Amino acid sequence: MFKEDEITKIKRDTEKWGEKLEKSLAKAPEIKERFSTVSDMEIGRLYTPEDIQGFDFQRDLGFPGEYPFTRGVQPSMYRGRHWTMRMFSGFGSAEDTNKRYHYLLSQGQTGLSVAFHMPTLMGYDSDSPLARGEVGKCGVAIDTLKDMEILFRGIPLDKVTTSMTINPPAAILLAMYIAVAEKQGVNKKQIGGTIQNDMLKEFIAQKTFMCPPKPSVRVIVDTIEYCTKEVPLWNTISISGYHIREAGSTAVQELAFTLADGIGYVQASIERGLDVDSFAPRLSFFFNAHIDFFEEITKYRAARRIWARVMKERFKAKNPRSWLLRFHTQTAGCSLTAQQPYNNVVRTAFEALAAVLGGTQSLHTNSLDEVLALPSEESATIALRTQQIIAEETGVTNTIDPLGGSYFVESLTNRMEEDAMEYINKIDEMGGIIEAIERGYPQNEIAKAAYHYQQQIDREEKTMVGVNKYVMEDTISIETLKISPDLEKIQIARTREVKENRDNGKVNACLDKIRSACEGNGNVMPPILDAVKEYATLQEICDVFREVFGVYRDPGMF
Amino acid sequence: MDSEVKVRIMIAKPGLDGHDRGAKIIARGLRDAGFEVIYTGLHQTSEQIVNAAIQEDVDAIGLSSLAGAHNHLFLQVLKLLEKNAAGDIIVFGGGIIPDEDIPELMGIGIRAIFRPGTKIEDAVNWVKTNVKPRVTSQESEVRSQNPE
Repeated sequence: MFKEDEITKIKRDTEKWGEKLEKSLAKAPEIKERFSTVSDMEIGRLYTPEDIQGFDFQRDLGFPGEYPFTRGVQPSMYRGRHWTMRMFSGFGSAEDTNKRYHYLLSQGQTGLSVAFHMPTLMGYDSDSPLARGEVGKCGVAIDTLKDMEILFRGIPLDKVTTSMTINPPAAILLAMYIAVAEKQGVNKKQIGGTIQNDMLKEFIAQKTFMCPPKPSVRVIVDTIEYCTKEVPLWNTISISGYHIREAGSTAVQELAFTLADGIGYVQASIERGLDVDSFAPRLSFFFNAHIDFFEEITKYRAARRIWARVMKERFKAKNPRSWLLRFHTQTAGCSLTAQQPYNNVVRTAFEALAAVLGGTQSLHTNSLDEVLALPSEESATIALRTQQIIAEETGVTNTIDPLGGSYFVESLTNRMEEDAMEYINKIDEMGGIIEAIERGYPQNEIAKAAYHYQQQIDREEKTMVGVNKYVMEDTISIETLKISPDLEKIQIARTREVKENRDNGKVNACLDKIRSACEGNGNVMPPILDAVKEYATLQEICDVFREVFGVYRDPGMF
Repeated sequence: MDSEVKVRIMIAKPGLDGHDRGAKIIARGLRDAGFEVIYTGLHQTSEQIVNAAIQEDVDAIGLSSLAGAHNHLFLQVLKLLEKNAAGDIIVFGGGIIPDEDIPELMGIGIRAIFRPGTKIEDAVNWVKTNVKPRVTSQESEVRSQNPE
């Protein structure tokens, strides 16, 4: 951007300024010896053109909607359409959650996002002994198509898009969603939404796993293959950094491991024989918005640029839509505090602003009580209003990528890219992400970073207001959402009733077909779709997976 | 021979919950403080935890729960310890535990609850003060044979 002689002059002037500064620092030193991000990346005092020497506007920045998409994936960004306001929500029974969805939609929310309870996430029905004490606790209980029909009652699936945070049984929930849509008279070619369907980050961070990595990826590729042909508007996977960050990674690790997972899925799909341009446009991403403002903004900008380069240069994708990194963002649950919980509203607002300035396509803002329990209706409303205030009051959406060209922001974006590529290259050298996971490499890197951060908090090198600074003795108590203890019994009764009233012969025949697909090379999606329509339960199908593919156990490293 | 008997702590993840950041940090912190630490890994049933605790001859179990099933699961672990004549193993807990659940958990015999915002040092100090090596029947036999 600057000519060489200009840079030389700026360098000289910076040195002169530095000399003057030294004198004033001798009298009044800076408040800290070292300034760093929440991920402990050191940040300099001042950024100038010297820090982005060699920066090329066309190559490194370009225009919104154009390669390498540093400034955003759409040409008009938020001037054309705001991001999708998508609040992650689910608790108790399908009836309870359906009521919350109708409420959120009536309040201006523009997409749905389903939180399932632990047994569903892990592939167990509510009547399993392993589900005791967990039914409806951290999400909605879904055992059969019956529950899913209730969950989306009165919600037109041709108009609303739905994101489902579901991983080991993702294929089953997608099949149930297709079946509900068909019952509403909506063809699967018309439905839009996302399944998370990202098992690699489960082994790395979130830890809801069922079968070992290789068969898990095989089932994911089955869903990618199926949707590419049959459900063309569906985002087949949401390659997620969110949980990696929540597990304690740095921003660079979140970026690097997420993109490395993405590379793993693209590689596996190509090995299946799919044309990269047939499936890549439906891949989507999901990142965390942590509290360090500029670190986050530059993480998103770097993510788009790296992915565009990887898809174009490494995988030789030709369709520009294959180069796009479209992403959802959720503010950082781990940045919130149980102490002085109202401060969480402020944290979430800053984090959401970073996501918007970083060009997110959809956003979930955490509620102030999420560190204590599932959000109450009132706190979920404040969180949604936070997004609406950013979109419609602050003016930050008036222009595209308002921070583009900032010496600091461009320099930090470059550093994010360089540091993430270093990790990605290392993982490539190990033989790819599955091998790296099997060695425990990303898991260990994250555990180390999490421990380092906790030590910094304990030593008060990093501040958490209300936790290690500005502590108040009086605890503020807030009203939190309670899940009725009767729910477990009611849910179990419903599932048993469904099992009694279905045609068990047909169910077993469907399960056999799923088994042969798993044992052979057939795509698992068509027989799963048949099975859920016959009201086979989630666990019955998952038991087939466990039987054929085996069960993955946490190695328990720390 | 090691003259000092090391305190053995098991950090356990009961139930289906997958949040292990806190459990791993506490496990590392206790290990760095000189304790012998056994981490169960995720997704353990109460039976698995209690069996492992007895087999490993631990002095205390730290249960971590962040998905709302603590009341049910913590009670189950305590009951099973009692049933297996291991009620003297000290049990403490941590995670997302609402205020109103704490009196009940302390009432059934959970000795301490560590919630978000806890310093590693505070948890370590609590263990130092409150957990002493258990004298099991087997061990007391060994000790009586080798008086120091």
